[in-house]
Amino acid sequence: MKSVAKNLTLSRTLLYAVIAIALTALPFVVDATLGRAWVRIIDVALLFVMLALGLNIVVGFAGLLDLGYIAFFAVGAYAYALLASPHFGIHASFLVLLPLGALVAAAFGILLGAPTLRLRGDYLAIVTLGFGEIIRIFLNNLNRPFNITNGPQGITLIDPIQIGGLSLAKTFHVSGLTIAPVHSYYFVFLLCTLGVIFVTHRLENSRIGRAWVAIREDELAASAMGINTRNVKLLAFAMGATFGGISGGLFASFQGFISPESFTLLDSIMVLCMVVLGGMGNVGGVVLGAILLTALPEALRYMGPLQQRWLGQVIIDPSDLRMLMFGLALVLMMLFRPAGLWPSKTRRRELATEKPGD
Amino acid sequence: MRGLKVAYGGINAVKGIDLEVGAGELVALIGANGAGKTTTLKALSGLLKPAAGSVRYSGEDITAKPAFELVRRGLALVPEGRGVFARLTVEENLAMGAYIRDDHAAIAADREHAYATFPRLAERRAQLAGTLSGGEQQMLAIARALMCKPRLLLLDEPSMGLAPLVVQTIFETIRKVAREGVTLLLIEQNARLALQTCGRGYVMESGLITLAGDARALLDDPQVRRAYLGE
Repeated sequence: MKSVAKNLTLSRTLLYAVIAIALTALPFVVDATLGRAWVRIIDVALLFVMLALGLNIVVGFAGLLDLGYIAFFAVGAYAYALLASPHFGIHASFLVLLPLGALVAAAFGILLGAPTLRLRGDYLAIVTLGFGEIIRIFLNNLNRPFNITNGPQGITLIDPIQIGGLSLAKTFHVSGLTIAPVHSYYFVFLLCTLGVIFVTHRLENSRIGRAWVAIREDELAASAMGINTRNVKLLAFAMGATFGGISGGLFASFQGFISPESFTLLDSIMVLCMVVLGGMGNVGGVVLGAILLTALPEALRYMGPLQQRWLGQVIIDPSDLRMLMFGLALVLMMLFRPAGLWPSKTRRRELATEKPGD
Repeated sequence: MRGLKVAYGGINAVKGIDLEVGAGELVALIGANGAGKTTTLKALSGLLKPAAGSVRYSGEDITAKPAFELVRRGLALVPEGRGVFARLTVEENLAMGAYIRDDHAAIAADREHAYATFPRLAERRAQLAGTLSGGEQQMLAIARALMCKPRLLLLDEPSMGLAPLVVQTIFETIRKVAREGVTLLLIEQNARLALQTCGRGYVMESGLITLAGDARALLDDPQVRRAYLGE
């Protein structure tokens, strides 16, 4: 028995080692084969993984439909941008700003959560949608009478991430390996993403995770179990917002430029789609959903040149094709895999028991 | 557990009532639809804030204390319509009932005890609660409430929507629970069964307590017989 267990841990260690090596090699392999643009797409995908995991806590775990989630991404991004750009002339350290942005976003999460404690379902969705718009419109208009957000022009020249005097905006050469900024950012994002996955996983299997499930299933019964539904719901909003804020801060430094245009309702819905398509409530499914929905639209760009080569002309514009494919994918998913590509245990069971004759 | 008094307004669903449950007692609160029984229970268990009056429990004022705090003090509620977590298994439901506890060994023992009390649940421990029959769900709701080791258990209409035979089984288990030393306040429309099961009873009508006393005496009361027992 003992040797079996030992073998199991050994094979698990081996598996983790292989994954670690693969994740380390990934940006360089992709750079060499698909080109640097794809490394950038992977970076963005990692940001969306963090966002989707944050929303998954609110929607997937606690069952609170949030349609304004991108607002927390915006708050995190602006918190970083305002304190690390020539706009105010402040250039605070990344290591201070990242937790600060997360904290500010969490505060906004509670700000949204507190007045909506009694709302559920459609009503909550409408209020959160309004919240998302309020944040965006504020960002758009807070350039008068005092210029805080620089309005629709957005904030430019945001500092790149700098850790201990080492700027990620520089290209390094390490024994024949070229480490471009996109590579460095990849590793920073990967570390943050792994951290977020770890925290999410631990939360899911904790008392808090169980309390979220109870609230999602039946709020009245949850409070009859001795669960402080108010605090637990606020915690869900705050945790979700924290991840959004971290992702937003990283986004601001990565892009170097942000404007309210990056935080529209469509972005909120996009993140929600990642959660739903991937498999609401399941960490692996949500990660998969975020990666697919970031990468697939980019892959469709190749459809233009392909049509040109095979058909002699571009019949369907790739950008039109993108929305077409997206809609089609959504409809097909809802028909054939309504619980998502990789559903959580509870959702899978629930749909399995809905078969006729049960 | 003495001197429970609720009085509250708004739509005046409950217009000032006095109610008392002594330790170890099995008390029934009966009345027709809309008499204010459930409202009373919600006020007792902290789900509603009374507009006036006070609720005392074990010598402590618990008026308008939120429900989750009362559970920690040993006051549990089995809500109307059972309120089991339909998409969780029987076992997960019971685990949720022990949410406030962290003594894992004792929880496991209590779970086995619950399965011994409700053998039907043991057979279906891996099944989703939503797929259980109404009676089984009610058993699960009671078993789940017992998992937090309550001293006072509030039961809201355990017979609602159940077949007469199943209702008999439920009441048997209620008696069994009472024998184990849990104090019970039972809200029922099924007046006869409730009064036969309980030691004392209260009759509620349009937000007021109209009769109170020994359950046997209430069963023989001509007014109760006419209004609630259909004679």
